[in-house]
Amino acid sequence: MAQMTMIQAITDALRVELKNNEDVLVFGEDVGQNGGVFRATEGLQKEFGEERVFDTPLAESGIGGLAVGLGVTGFRPVMEIQFFGFVFEVFDAIAAQMARMRYRSGGVYSSPVTIRSPFGGGVKTPELHADSLEGLMAQTPGVKVVIPSTPYDAKGLLISAIRDNDPVVYLEHMKLYRSFRGEVPEGEYTIPLGKADIKREGKDISIITYGAMVHSSLKAAEELAKEGIEAEVIDLMTISPLDMETIIASVEKTNRAIVVQEAQKQAGIAANVVAEINDRAILSLEAPVLRVTSPDTVYPFASAEDVWLPSYKDIVEKAKQVIEF
Amino acid sequence: MEKTKELQKIESQFETFQILNEDGEVVNKKAMPKLSDEQLKELMKRMVYTRIWDQRAISLNRQGRLGFYAPVAGQEASMIGTQFALEKQDWILPGYRDIPQIVFHGVPLEQAFLWSRGHLAGGQMPEGVNVMMPQIIIGAQITQTAGVAMGLKRKNKDAVAITYTGDGGASQGDFYEGMNFAGAYNVPAIFVVQNNRFAISVPVEKQSAAKTIAQKAVAAGIHGVQVDGMDILAVLAMTEEARKRALEGNGPTLIETLTYRYGPHTMAGDDPTRYRTSDLDDEWEKKDPLVRFRKFLEGKNLWSEEEENEVVEQAKEDIKEAIKKADAAPKQKVTDLIDLMFEDQPHNLVEQMEDYKAKESK
Ligand SMILES: Cc1ncc(C[n+]2csc(CCOP(=O)(O)OP(=O)(O)O)c2C)c(N)n1
Repeated sequence: MAQMTMIQAITDALRVELKNNEDVLVFGEDVGQNGGVFRATEGLQKEFGEERVFDTPLAESGIGGLAVGLGVTGFRPVMEIQFFGFVFEVFDAIAAQMARMRYRSGGVYSSPVTIRSPFGGGVKTPELHADSLEGLMAQTPGVKVVIPSTPYDAKGLLISAIRDNDPVVYLEHMKLYRSFRGEVPEGEYTIPLGKADIKREGKDISIITYGAMVHSSLKAAEELAKEGIEAEVIDLMTISPLDMETIIASVEKTNRAIVVQEAQKQAGIAANVVAEINDRAILSLEAPVLRVTSPDTVYPFASAEDVWLPSYKDIVEKAKQVIEF
Repeated sequence: MEKTKELQKIESQFETFQILNEDGEVVNKKAMPKLSDEQLKELMKRMVYTRIWDQRAISLNRQGRLGFYAPVAGQEASMIGTQFALEKQDWILPGYRDIPQIVFHGVPLEQAFLWSRGHLAGGQMPEGVNVMMPQIIIGAQITQTAGVAMGLKRKNKDAVAITYTGDGGASQGDFYEGMNFAGAYNVPAIFVVQNNRFAISVPVEKQSAAKTIAQKAVAAGIHGVQVDGMDILAVLAMTEEARKRALEGNGPTLIETLTYRYGPHTMAGDDPTRYRTSDLDDEWEKKDPLVRFRKFLEGKNLWSEEEENEVVEQAKEDIKEAIKKADAAPKQKVTDLIDLMFEDQPHNLVEQMEDYKAKESK
């Protein structure tokens, strides 16, 4: 098996699907000859030609509209938004158009679109690039939202996203692109959308998280283990829809949980997870379910992001608070 | 695509306006802006200053001492020429690359550096400096320009609003919307597109089927002109004309300047050799705005090596000073950020303020 970074795994998934289905088209700003600003589409235009992998004019709403139109004419668009901080420019195409295509056409049309985009903080981008806007997407009925945390997951989930017949927002945490390598099988394999993955087993507390925070949570779990606390770390992988089965089974086992997200606290994924646990497993709980998040401010300028983002220490502290409740 | 005769006729009207050719010779005497010798020299000083600043900024970035930086070498005439036509009361709505214009409009150099570093002081415009924060979301500044121009007109300010974007930015819907609004309300706005031929890696030919960007003004019903963006006199003359037109109530103007960025798109890993040939680089460096204008001034006995060296030294000195001041800026805290969310903070932020105060005092 090859050792790959997450970005290589993403390129590999795109290559597999471009090869597999000639209706798959990859497009966006700078994705062609330049291979994308993060090089996620490196070499793909050369391999599959300009008809399949192409640059667009600089206009996100145009890119979204193009995807909608190609979708109803039998293509399987994989569009890139160069940074997810620019999603507001294409929000109508995603939330009002793609998400409602199936319903508005009474099932005649659909939007089999994959929206790939780098997101998340900690890499010192200029302002308005890094952000955690996945909550906005998860609050949009009609789109699925997928966030991988390892190279292996990235490839399998992206292939599933492309094959899905509904719009899927697939968010790639910038900090994870090249920070480590992992084993990635060659050729095709899929990981089902809507399924979480237990990244570490434990009996004392469930840490439910996704994206870059999976790694902070694993680190926190190691710290906790030193004090004899065995944390179970659940990587949601798909944040909409949530895999309640996995979450509830874990909470019923550990009776304690915290939810960790890089995004701000208000109206987020973590809040949703807490609400679902309350609905389904409140009698299994020994303590309230607490959240580790960023504060309710806009995403900070680069020189403040390190102090703003949650750290593994915050996770350790919150986990202990729940344990000691 | 074979374009119709009618379309070709429209497109052919947008010829490139020029005053100084590549050899520094005046080819359009009639259009020469009226400038004193001192003003002519000032233009040169600013271009030399900006070129040195660009070089220093690039090396500071490489040493990890600057943060975000979008190089400007090659675009000095477009930047300095358009700003020079403005008055202090005019407003600038810049893009991320348009830092020279705002500094010459009154933003202190150290503030520009703080903006680069992602420090909130970078956006705190001094009293009386009518400049918006450099825009990152390409196109947002363009629609806002219609609003600023409307505001200036309604308050009888005798001022214009000028905004900048690139050839890529001209593909955004916001670009058309901004021009269309400004035209519909007949407000004093100037839209500058610095066409440096590439939007990161995408060549301008792939942005649009339009032969020029200037012609996009026609659809908005406003005046449009294409200028040699390496010729500071041509850029200045057209901006002065646009300003006058706007203030006389004769509508906004779109100015397309033909230019080139010699360096990478930004200092964050862009590699121009992936998308540009060195032949094209050479072709454009022959049009260099500084070389051309230096020749012109030397022909008038207005410029010498000593004067040039003086500017170079001054620029280096100023940058050193500015970096020192920027280094002295206070570290960014989450509590600063919480404090700036609203005029009065809601309860969730009041609570979080307490948490972060405790954390920060540890
Ligand atoms: C809305 C939006 N989309 C994409 C980007 C990413 N981006 C930054 S600069 C750039 C290219 C801009 O090219 P152009 O408008 O020609 O201006 P130049 O950088 O050449 O001055 C892109 C795509 C952005 N900042 N904002």
